[in-house]
Amino acid sequence: MSAARPSGDDRLVRAYVVTSGRWSPSRNTLDHITLISLTASAAHLRHTHLNPEQRSILAALAGGAQSVAELAALLSLPVSVARILLADLLESGHIITQQRITQTATPDRTLLEAVLAGLQQL
Amino acid sequence: MPGFNNSDTPVLRGDERTVKILICGHLGAGKTTLVNTLSQIAPVSTEEVMTSASTAVDRLDLPHKRTTTVAMDFGRLSLTDDLVLYLFGAPGQERFFPILRDLATGALGALVLVDTRRLADTYPILQLVEDLDLAYTVAINTFDGAPDHPDGRLREVMDLAPDTPLVKCDAREWAGSRDALIALVRHLLTRTPEPAR
Repeated sequence: MSAARPSGDDRLVRAYVVTSGRWSPSRNTLDHITLISLTASAAHLRHTHLNPEQRSILAALAGGAQSVAELAALLSLPVSVARILLADLLESGHIITQQRITQTATPDRTLLEAVLAGLQQL
Repeated sequence: MPGFNNSDTPVLRGDERTVKILICGHLGAGKTTLVNTLSQIAPVSTEEVMTSASTAVDRLDLPHKRTTTVAMDFGRLSLTDDLVLYLFGAPGQERFFPILRDLATGALGALVLVDTRRLADTYPILQLVEDLDLAYTVAINTFDGAPDHPDGRLREVMDLAPDTPLVKCDAREWAGSRDALIALVRHLLTRTPEPAR
């Protein structure tokens, strides 16, 4: 993590400056654990209109997919701010998420069994 | 398998399934320790911002304060080639409820860590987890020197439902921490009906 972090209020101001003052993302489908990866065309797309935080996101994804929470932590940004930046990058075609968002009330039994088996064989 | 080791941190493709479990507990219950013990990535912390919803609580100390930041530790475990588990150490204070509700959305369940020297601090945590509609398992973190009460007594004091599992683990130890998660997932399975055929 970065050694020198601006103190609370300054950083918050900065956080919402990078989102152009917006408090909610253009789409609301990004959970903390949604995996984000670069699109095949990301390298060929224009980067000039991106802010430094968005460029940092693209750089962080060069090594592999990352969850929304991990990207937020890497950039020292609140998750809510990272979501806004990521929603923009989704719309501009730089990044994709290949996951179905699972927010069902009842957890899927097959999924739970897979988690149990996975934990037992670690 | 040990916890975090830089060289074998799996690189994700992006099409894996991801699931999350919340690690709850009062201050000092060992949430961060357990997350770090099990995580395969370097310990990370993210921040979340709470806006005006919390002003009623914050007003006392700072009249103009409209935001509160709260740090959440989290870790990652690749369970299989296709399945990744995230563990989030969830702040236990009631005023962070809006953030916790967001975090709890889609979570499989919660592991509630307890220090037996501070049992009373666990009541609001259990209430919070129940308010979040999360199924949970209670894990006594076996701190050195903490009293070792009989399970029946602990259940009584914490007013646990008969089917809520109560396990013991040392959050510094990998196997016991892993087993506590297994107890939770087994419990979740008992609450999930077999699919209709």
